[in-house]
Amino acid sequence: MLDRVQRLGRVGIAMLERVGRGHVFLGNTLLGTVSVMARLRLLLQQIYAVGVLSLLIIVVSGLFVGMVLGLQGYNTLVDFGAEESLGVMVALSLVRELGPVVTALLFAGRAGSALTAEIGLMKATEQLSGMEMMAVDPIRRIIAPRFWAGVISMPVLAAIFSAVGVLGGFFVGVGLLGVDDGAFWSQMQARVDLTDDILNGVIKSLVFGVVVTWIAVFEGYDAVPTSEGVSRATTRTVVHSALAVLGLDFILTALMFGDE
Amino acid sequence: MGSDNESTPLIQIRGLSFTRGSRVIFDGVDMDIQRGKVTAIMGPSGTGKTTLLRLIGGQLRPQRGTITVDGQTVHALSRKALYEMRKRMGMLFQSGALLTDMSVFENVAFPLREHTRLPESMIRHLVLMKLESVGLRGARDLMPSELSGGMARRVALARAIALDPMMIMYDEPFTGQDPISMGVLVSLIHTLNDALGLTSIIVSHDVQETASIADYIYVISEGKVVEHGTPEQLGQTRSEWVKQFMNGLPDGPVPFHYPAPEYLEDLLAGGAHA
Amino acid sequence: MQSRVVEIWVGIFMVAGIAALFFLSMKVSNLNKFAVDEGYRVTATFENVGGLKVRAPVSVAGVRVGRVEAIDYDMTSYHAVVTLNIDRKYDKFPDDTSASIFTSGLLGEQYVSLEPGGSDQVLKEGSRITIVQDAVIMEQVIGQFLFNKAAE
Repeated sequence: MLDRVQRLGRVGIAMLERVGRGHVFLGNTLLGTVSVMARLRLLLQQIYAVGVLSLLIIVVSGLFVGMVLGLQGYNTLVDFGAEESLGVMVALSLVRELGPVVTALLFAGRAGSALTAEIGLMKATEQLSGMEMMAVDPIRRIIAPRFWAGVISMPVLAAIFSAVGVLGGFFVGVGLLGVDDGAFWSQMQARVDLTDDILNGVIKSLVFGVVVTWIAVFEGYDAVPTSEGVSRATTRTVVHSALAVLGLDFILTALMFGDE
Repeated sequence: MGSDNESTPLIQIRGLSFTRGSRVIFDGVDMDIQRGKVTAIMGPSGTGKTTLLRLIGGQLRPQRGTITVDGQTVHALSRKALYEMRKRMGMLFQSGALLTDMSVFENVAFPLREHTRLPESMIRHLVLMKLESVGLRGARDLMPSELSGGMARRVALARAIALDPMMIMYDEPFTGQDPISMGVLVSLIHTLNDALGLTSIIVSHDVQETASIADYIYVISEGKVVEHGTPEQLGQTRSEWVKQFMNGLPDGPVPFHYPAPEYLEDLLAGGAHA
Repeated sequence: MQSRVVEIWVGIFMVAGIAALFFLSMKVSNLNKFAVDEGYRVTATFENVGGLKVRAPVSVAGVRVGRVEAIDYDMTSYHAVVTLNIDRKYDKFPDDTSASIFTSGLLGEQYVSLEPGGSDQVLKEGSRITIVQDAVIMEQVIGQFLFNKAAE
């Protein structure tokens, strides 16, 4: 019995240690930002790897999510004779929630896990150590550009997701299901607010971008340098990112939209 | 380099103690690494030889004792000073540790691009020169994944000398190599040491190869220096253990048999127990 | 060469993102409707504002001319004080204009509808609308209906 408590305590302390390490790591990464500014080429390369290469999955997913929203929304609203509000429904769902959240989850799965694997592998093959011995700080050269690339790419991807989703909803609602074209857009424009909805959505995606990229990069850097360790780190990235995104989404939504 | 610099050791280790977790890795180790010479550090696997290189390079801090490189105490240096120091140290990792997303040329050029502001044309000359000295100038456009183990190590060596360091540390350079690439590496290490006036530290348990080029050898076991001297001196050692180690004898102070009960009794008892 | 391709793609990526943001701002949101301080404020006091919310539209003859800026409660008169923000280009409302709270559609949101009066004076910044009609409260309507039914 006491043995179990001891083990639990040890696990708890190990987790606390990890959280602390993660924060020190984040601090070091942010400190290393200045040198990223001087090496824009590194940053651009990472934005390509992390953002541009995620475009396909984001656009396709956004399109399908928007189309499904159009379908399901129509089915529900038509019972109330309110199918003219389809545009509002699709737009608000995307801009406020689905855009930032789904993009973050997809990003964690595609770009986040790739980052973890790449960095973990560099650690396992002693490339990070080698860099240190060559007097190049791996945090400045490898980690910081990837971190900022993620933070910059996420809101961009989320905006693209929402925009494409709205178009998808338009194709299904107006094109296939016969909702009035004018009503679709005008009701949407009347109800979707620039600061309350779109800006909040952008803020959400920025927050998610920081958290997801931070987790991805840290897990890689902290991975046990064996093949098993790297694979476990990659899994942890996806799982922890998903939990963090969903949890933060609740908190942010409550803060932003709670007292309406 | 003044004349009194020539006589003081480049690296001085005094009373080094280092533990990792509950394991004591070093317990009061003293060493002198002389300038311009090849010093070998040998011992059984797992004695922490790689850890020693990490301590010298400042990646780890000792619990007690001092490590002085060219007059500076490594673990007391500020981060900036430590990085400056590392530019003067070259290190060859066991796997080569080449950056996998860059070509051979880019890998060797890496330290030059990071730490100097030399124009590209000069960098190109330097890189080709370094590659030529390890015999791989023709391989400059290959990717690390296309190289054999031995070739990768040679590229890593070219990279390690890119900034013309004052010393190079070799971490198990001969492990797992075929005879020819082994011979190539041995001759390269020796030649470079003399041609560039380097100080070389080789950490290895390949006794034959290492002893053939070492000027001085330290044998470490269980966290202490067991013996040290020139290869000739060690050849005449009176320690049974060192003799077994240096000659690769299967039995001696390190026994062949893992501790077990008496053989005959064990066989006979096998019938009675399940 | 390779880095040029990278740069081009990153450029396309960022431009696409900004374009998406633009699209969302322009076509999806109410950006081209009202900016906050372009209007003048008038107040109206209601006994019951029902489900009227801040930022609800203010319309005349079905055309949106402004929005509800604030809804406060006056402790001395025990009434709700609604602040309307009306676009400056609609500056000729007679000061006996009436304000009513209607519901758009059957389940829609509530909005403020203005009916111009006939006075010569116009509403200005800080004017008060004196003729008001409260929101229709469903329960009262139903209660009324049942009451009438019972009386038959």
